[in-house]
Amino acid sequence: MGRSEAVPSGEPDRPEVPEQRSGDGPYLQVRELRVRFDTEDGVVRAVDGVSFAVERGRTLGIVGESGSGKSVTSLAILGLHNAKRTTISGEISVGGRQLVGLREEEIRRLRGRDMAMIFQDPLSALHPYYSVGRQIAEAYRVHHPRAGRREARSRAVDMLGRVGIPQPAKRFDQYPHEFSGGMRQRAMIAMALVNDPDLLIADEPTTALDVTVQAQILDLLADLQEEFRSAIILITHDLGVVSQVADDVLVMYAGRAVEHGSVERVLRAPQHPYTWGLLSSVPSLHGDADADLVPIPGNPPSLINLPSGCAFHPRCRWADVNGDRSRIEVPELREAGQAGHLVACHLSAADRERIYRDEVAQVGVAR
Amino acid sequence: MSLSPVEGAALAEIESSDQEPDEKKRLVGRSPGQLVWARLRRDRTAMVSGVVLALFILAAVAAPLIQRLYGVSPNQQFGDLLDATGMPLGYVGGVSGDHWFGLEPGLGRDIFIRMIYGIRTSLLIALGAALVTTTIGVVLGIVAGFLGGVVDSVISWITDVALALPFLIFALAVVPTFSLRFYGPRDAVPTWFAVTTLIVVFAAFGWTGTARLVRGQVVSLREREFVEAARASGAGLGHMLFRQLLPNIWAPILVAFSLAVPSYVTGEAALSFLGVGLPESVPSFGRMIYRSIDYLQTDPAYVFFPGITIFALVLAFNLFGDALRDALDPKSSR
Amino acid sequence: MSAETEPLLSVRGLTKHFPVRQGLRARGAVRAVDGLDFDVRPGETLGLVGESGCGKTTTGRMLVRLLEPTSGSITFAGRDITHGGRRELRGLRQDLQIIFQDPYASLNPRHTVGRIVAMPLQVNRITPPGGVKKRVQELLELVGLNPEHYNRYPHEFSGGQRQRIGIARALALKPKLIVADEPVSALDVSIQAQVINLLRDLQRDLDLAFVFIAHDLAVIRHFCHRVAVMYLGTIVEIGDRDTIYTRPQHPYTRALLSAIPDVTTLGPAGRIRLTGDVPTPLNPPSGCRFRTRCWKATDHCATEEPALTTRDDGGQLTACHYPESGPVGMPTGEPVEVSK
Ligand SMILES: Nc1ncnc2c1ncn2[C@@H]1O[C@H](COP(=O)(O)OP(=O)(O)OP(=O)(O)O)[C@@H](O)[C@H]1O
Ligand SMILES: Nc1ncnc2c1ncn2[C@@H]1O[C@H](COP(=O)(O)OP(=O)(O)O)[C@@H](O)[C@H]1O
Ligand code: SF4
Ligand code: SF4
Ligand SMILES: [Mg+2]
Ligand SMILES: [Mg+2]
Repeated sequence: MGRSEAVPSGEPDRPEVPEQRSGDGPYLQVRELRVRFDTEDGVVRAVDGVSFAVERGRTLGIVGESGSGKSVTSLAILGLHNAKRTTISGEISVGGRQLVGLREEEIRRLRGRDMAMIFQDPLSALHPYYSVGRQIAEAYRVHHPRAGRREARSRAVDMLGRVGIPQPAKRFDQYPHEFSGGMRQRAMIAMALVNDPDLLIADEPTTALDVTVQAQILDLLADLQEEFRSAIILITHDLGVVSQVADDVLVMYAGRAVEHGSVERVLRAPQHPYTWGLLSSVPSLHGDADADLVPIPGNPPSLINLPSGCAFHPRCRWADVNGDRSRIEVPELREAGQAGHLVACHLSAADRERIYRDEVAQVGVAR
Repeated sequence: MSLSPVEGAALAEIESSDQEPDEKKRLVGRSPGQLVWARLRRDRTAMVSGVVLALFILAAVAAPLIQRLYGVSPNQQFGDLLDATGMPLGYVGGVSGDHWFGLEPGLGRDIFIRMIYGIRTSLLIALGAALVTTTIGVVLGIVAGFLGGVVDSVISWITDVALALPFLIFALAVVPTFSLRFYGPRDAVPTWFAVTTLIVVFAAFGWTGTARLVRGQVVSLREREFVEAARASGAGLGHMLFRQLLPNIWAPILVAFSLAVPSYVTGEAALSFLGVGLPESVPSFGRMIYRSIDYLQTDPAYVFFPGITIFALVLAFNLFGDALRDALDPKSSR
Repeated sequence: MSAETEPLLSVRGLTKHFPVRQGLRARGAVRAVDGLDFDVRPGETLGLVGESGCGKTTTGRMLVRLLEPTSGSITFAGRDITHGGRRELRGLRQDLQIIFQDPYASLNPRHTVGRIVAMPLQVNRITPPGGVKKRVQELLELVGLNPEHYNRYPHEFSGGQRQRIGIARALALKPKLIVADEPVSALDVSIQAQVINLLRDLQRDLDLAFVFIAHDLAVIRHFCHRVAVMYLGTIVEIGDRDTIYTRPQHPYTRALLSAIPDVTTLGPAGRIRLTGDVPTPLNPPSGCRFRTRCWKATDHCATEEPALTTRDDGGQLTACHYPESGPVGMPTGEPVEVSK
């Protein structure tokens, strides 16, 4: 992917600031996105003021626990929420076009052509009664109405081949159930890429797959990105996946961004206690296997009834460092240590550095 | 390194997860049944139809009391209030302070009190039949669904046969034959016998729907891991069927039950209308409507009152059944 | 673990074939598990790892006798339990329990937590000293739940808490061995770590033996003394944890280790890339089952099935004609594209 080789930990001078880059600006720009659902039990603030940007040729990884608002964010970008029960505000601009407030059919025209999505479960996203190839060809013809049947077919066969399905012409006429899990995910990717979208959103694209197949799919995404230069959002709860393919990382907690920056910074010099918690709870292949893992205590909060102040405070070991501040005041997302590395936490830079060095680093990733 | 403080914190957090106990109680401290009840309470259709049903049931149960207060018995004839052709005197079929819904043409019996007793008969038969059919259906369905294999095939085959028999023809043929076996053509058939016959006839046909429904539910539940957990602990068939599975299929059974009752109400009315239901002396909707047809032109009130009442009863049951189904729907739960 | 200890569980030639029917005619069989041999000693944890469909769950379910083995034998605490009926197994069920993967499907939604945890006591008609309720509350406390939650329903708990309830239920009869089928796969990382730590503490404190099933080698590494790697219904490599993770000999083990995206390294992971998917167990490849994806496969691999035996240096058993040697990350022989 569009990332150069890994930088040694904490090296302080890579200008990984998507917002400040020169050139024609980021392809996707999301500002202060808020998504609310009205439910029987109350208002769910699934996404509450999230901002990020993704440039062509780069990959943004969004991580967070289940229910932290990752999928809701991506569905909002694609305009796939039920308008009746969802309130969306903020700005979403794709290729310079404002999407929030656009009419249904206008977004539909963009969907598939300018932006496409890969879902976690390819079996439910592919129609069981049509052949895989036909579904890809249809996806092509929706946005190329003048293309003939034959042209669409050859385009679909071509795409199947490109995503690494052997004998694509033969596979064209097979049905989703005749494909294995990994091949279905490849077919989904072929369908998403058939119109050369500039923005690709992959929601847990490999969670349902085995590690060996996951490795193939991640490689494939990286190769295709090099070829198509699309902007990619990769949603996952697996920090390992993020470390492999992302250029930038957005860490979400309870509908808000808590840390945002380049992958080197967020994984190598993490600043937020939640990110520390995530990193030290992952079982690793290195280090002392007999040491206990360090879990994040407690459970994620209900989005209907968020804790006051910093939503993470009931689970944070350092909530008391600044007196009552974490319980009262919502921390803003601020630059931490380096341009483009943002963190939402009341701890001072000095405290963060000391805590990370003395209490987290030995037990966390560097275990 | 010793990390137990963190682990300790984790556990402490989970244990102390109910700060603000009141708030928590209100949000989560409810059983699945309580959740359903709360949802029903919020549904206006459910509440209205529920109240109407409660009134009907109350009227049926308290019929003798109502008779005492009203001061008229169902088989009492008021010949002096009829004219020479047998039509009730006065307006709207003889409605008056003494006879709220008027009198029957011909025999001159009071329509209101006969209807109160008609509700009693109707509900007795319908609830009885629904109870029997549901029990048969649940037992056969749960056994077929859980055991599968040959047992399942045999039960499914019987279900198909029962479904293939035409109910009405069967009832028309069997009910009279059945009473003839025990009573002569001239004998008065006792009420309990007629009622039991009707319940048996309904039961013989009505269990198929419930059995299929329950079987389907059980098939989808039997592979669930909580059933496996019981099996792995050495639980017997009875425990798995009635302790583990049954509590999870109460919801559809209850809905099926509440939708079966109105169909038996109309079923009883239809059979009585066709003359194979209850004897003349027993007040029943079917009989009343059957007799009233002759007076459609001359005394429309006679058709109106029983007609509107049975309509209200059946509608209330159906609306309530549907509301119950919505309240129990897992998709709207949690 | 001293090798002299009598094994608690001993499995020989364990096989499960599911017949596949098309209409009424049998059309072959899914060879889900095909001849497993392994032992578990008292207080030992054995990890079973492999990709989906390789037969891990089937094995686990046969061990607790939820499935009838097609052939082979299972010996538990010196007794052959391969084909016992419910009555014969009764006493044994108490020593052998299972924890399930899905925290939602594994708890009866209509029962209170108290009833769920008490179920094994109830079906075995056991009244512990002090009463059922007291025992259940002790168990809830043991797994880190509030004993006051006795009367709550499962839907009021999060995934991690539900998994704790399932663990409490498995502990109710004081078992000697627990089969845990992917107990943390459905949980978020932070919660996953809580549950792994809990299981480790319980294992140590109660001296439990575990057969711990997972598809994640990193999770297995933090929990197990010994590891068995499965591929298409067979064990391809089995050995002590450190041997398996530092000096794996089977090419598949190496590929698995190399495919894990590890947070500690940025950028594309390991060098070994397998091509293609796991073949169908309906018709597994001849000879070595891994040969369709193995970069070292030869004609010999296609004709002769490699036996699970000790090879030169390592202490582990490996089923491969051309085992690798040396530390991970350096496969002998370059990865080559393998076509089917
Ligand atoms: N249509 C909806 N109505 C009400 N609440 C919703 C709706 N869709 C999502 N939510 C809620 O919004 C929150 C965020 O959900 P989302 O699916 O984005 O989580 P996620 O981060 O993708 O988690 P996962 O890792 O489980 O996929 C959750 O609490 C979810 O229950
Ligand atoms: N009841 C069954 N009938 C037919 N095939 C089955 C059945 N249960 C499992 N299988 C097959 O057996 C193989 C192994 O399954 P399983 O043990 O569940 O795998 P794992 O747990 O390793 O993912 C798979 O191919 C699966 O499809
Ligand atoms: S703001 Fe306070 S509670 Fe929130 S993460 Fe920072 S230290 Fe913890
Ligand atoms: S036996 Fe042959 S095909 Fe099988 S793993 Fe070894 S080298 Fe590969
Ligand atoms: Mg999601
Ligand atoms: Mg499994």
